[in-house]
Amino acid sequence: MELPNPVLTASGCGGTGRELAQFFDVVRLGAFVTRSITMAPRAGRPTPRMAETPSGLLNAVGLQGPGVEAFLERELPWLAERGARTVVSLGGGTVAEFTALSRRLADAPGITAVEVNLSCPNVEDRGRMFARDGSAAAEVVASVRAAIRYDVPVIAKLSPDVADIVAVARSCVDGGADALAMINTPAGMSIDVDAMRPALAAGAGGLSGPAVRPLAVRCVWQVHAALPGVPIVGMGGVTTGRDALELILAGACAVAVGTATFHDPYACPRILRELEELLTERGFDRLADAVGLAHRPAGTGPRGRTDLEESSL
Amino acid sequence: MAGSPVQVTGTVLTTRRVDAYHALTVVAPGIADRFRPGHFVTVAAGGRDTAMLTRRALTVHDVKPDYGGTVELVFAVRGAGTAWLSEVKARDTLDIVGPLGRPFPLPRDPCTCVLVGGEYGSASLFALGDALQLRGCRIDFVLGATTAERVFGALRARRMGETTTLTTEDGSLGMRGRVTDVLPGVIADVRADAVYACGPMAMLRGVTAVAVEFGIPVQVAVEEHMACGIGVCMTCVVPVIGEDGVTRMLRSCVEGPVFRGERVRFDDVGTIPFDALGAPGGRNV
Ligand SMILES: Cc1cc2nc3c(=O)[nH]c(=O)nc-3n(C[C@H](O)[C@H](O)[C@H](O)COP(=O)(O)OP(=O)(O)OC[C@H]3O[C@@H](n4cnc5c(N)ncnc54)[C@H](O)[C@@H]3O)c2cc1C
Ligand SMILES: Cc1cc2nc3c(=O)[nH]c(=O)nc-3n(C[C@H](O)[C@H](O)[C@H](O)COP(=O)(O)O)c2cc1C
Ligand code: FES
Repeated sequence: MELPNPVLTASGCGGTGRELAQFFDVVRLGAFVTRSITMAPRAGRPTPRMAETPSGLLNAVGLQGPGVEAFLERELPWLAERGARTVVSLGGGTVAEFTALSRRLADAPGITAVEVNLSCPNVEDRGRMFARDGSAAAEVVASVRAAIRYDVPVIAKLSPDVADIVAVARSCVDGGADALAMINTPAGMSIDVDAMRPALAAGAGGLSGPAVRPLAVRCVWQVHAALPGVPIVGMGGVTTGRDALELILAGACAVAVGTATFHDPYACPRILRELEELLTERGFDRLADAVGLAHRPAGTGPRGRTDLEESSL
Repeated sequence: MAGSPVQVTGTVLTTRRVDAYHALTVVAPGIADRFRPGHFVTVAAGGRDTAMLTRRALTVHDVKPDYGGTVELVFAVRGAGTAWLSEVKARDTLDIVGPLGRPFPLPRDPCTCVLVGGEYGSASLFALGDALQLRGCRIDFVLGATTAERVFGALRARRMGETTTLTTEDGSLGMRGRVTDVLPGVIADVRADAVYACGPMAMLRGVTAVAVEFGIPVQVAVEEHMACGIGVCMTCVVPVIGEDGVTRMLRSCVEGPVFRGERVRFDDVGTIPFDALGAPGGRNV
């Protein structure tokens, strides 16, 4: 999969694309990643769905969305008309639902890749998320891989809330994932001390923003070290070109921007510009030369690593 | 697109205290041009490298053509973001995005409108009043708050409105009680054709109930927690009944903040009604 540039929207943080198009042309994105699409419409969680924490945001939106039929009718065609490269994020509660969703999308035109949101609760496993267990995650990935067109890459999106993210990553690759995305939001909670109640109606929520960036860097680092040939889309708190470069140096070959867009609607094109400037300043001809560069042994020069995988996603 | 929002770095012209509130006038050309009554803006709080990731939504109180276009914001200090805003000085710059949201729809023909404001909610009613008067409408105000210094814009209301009725819960200004206590009398006296309201959710619920009782249309501007203000985060939803009778969780930042009052399921705000489209286990799935 070739993308014209390495900055993507993060799933669930770019609306339908139309909202961002009021600010910039969505074609300028490396790719537009949709919110996680489900088979049926979903009303999501009750409000309040968000709470701000220091350099972070807790959310419990609950995958609100119109369902796959409305998505195919109203959202995907608009993105395709615009010429946006669209990565469709898939959400489901059972392996069967992921399979059905993939079949429904199999012959839809205008899909650049699919991303499997493995942080969805598995209704057949007491609501524990697929991503917490390598075999459950691999089963979902394999079912999507089998149903989706062979030339559409499958990206498995991992959660940091696991004991061994490398093991889950490896299972997903074994299950047929062409690439990995990380990190989805770790679970967090905040209590309104005045009301003496949880700040979110759902109680706990997913934490995003710069507060989780070190967690994202660590996950990307570990997975890239173990699976250097697998392309990684890094995300978690990317707010500037420098933050993007940090994830790239850890091993990501593309980055996704989520919460930063809430603060700055132009975050994606701005971060891309800043990243390009940084790469030029440092004498990199190609982004691929920077991917995973921080893994080189201490003492080697900044350009000391020559065995880099060409992993342009 | 005439209504499409822009982001501007605006210079603060003036800051002042208005009773319990702070007011800021900011040079924001693209926003002032596109403004319609009921629009809001979002402001980034905390300056560069702020730890406050979400923008703060504030109603546009007023726009003026000076300096290419200014917007005036009126706000109460609630938490860290509004506390930071209250420290902003003239000549500082503010990062503002707007105008946002669905503004108040205006009646086609001249009619009599009651404008109801609670706390700083009245701030959005004066530009609306101007627009209504330009269309030949008669306007009457009902403004209320907990105490006198939290009633915003009483003087201006008295100048603009045919009548102005004030309420405070402690009786320190106007009638003791709430706007909904006096609203039926005002609607009956002025033979109102429509009601517009902006204020806390509980007030909007009460105002809507009164308007429904009188069988007149009511437009309300709701306030729900917002993270982005531009329709991408899905945090600001309220249950609203559509033309087709189906309840959907609509984003108050783009489909609102102004809704027809009787369409908003006020009793179910903060829940997912079981019959909403896509509700867990609901029949509309
Ligand atoms: C459409 C709209 C118009 C508004 N207009 C005005 C106005 O003209 N004047 C005014 O004083 N206030 C207004 N508010 C409320 C104002 O947005 C909040 O008071 C403010 O965001 C609180 O920020 P804080 O940092 O001080 O509080 P905190 O409680 O620290 O805020 C934490 C987070 O919650 C969000 N938040 C908290 N309370 C609210 C709320 N009531 N509505 C939306 N987001 C909230 C904040 O954006 C922030 O992300 C409006 C809200 C909306 C939705
Ligand atoms: C409001 C909100 C909604 C999200 N919705 C989804 C979603 O539908 N599917 C998904 O895989 N991730 C979702 N995420 C997670 C983001 O895609 C991303 O992994 C995470 O927020 C970390 O990136 P950030 O710090 O740049 O936001 C959501 C995040 C937020 C803040
Ligand atoms: S505030 Fe983000 S969708 Fe409304």
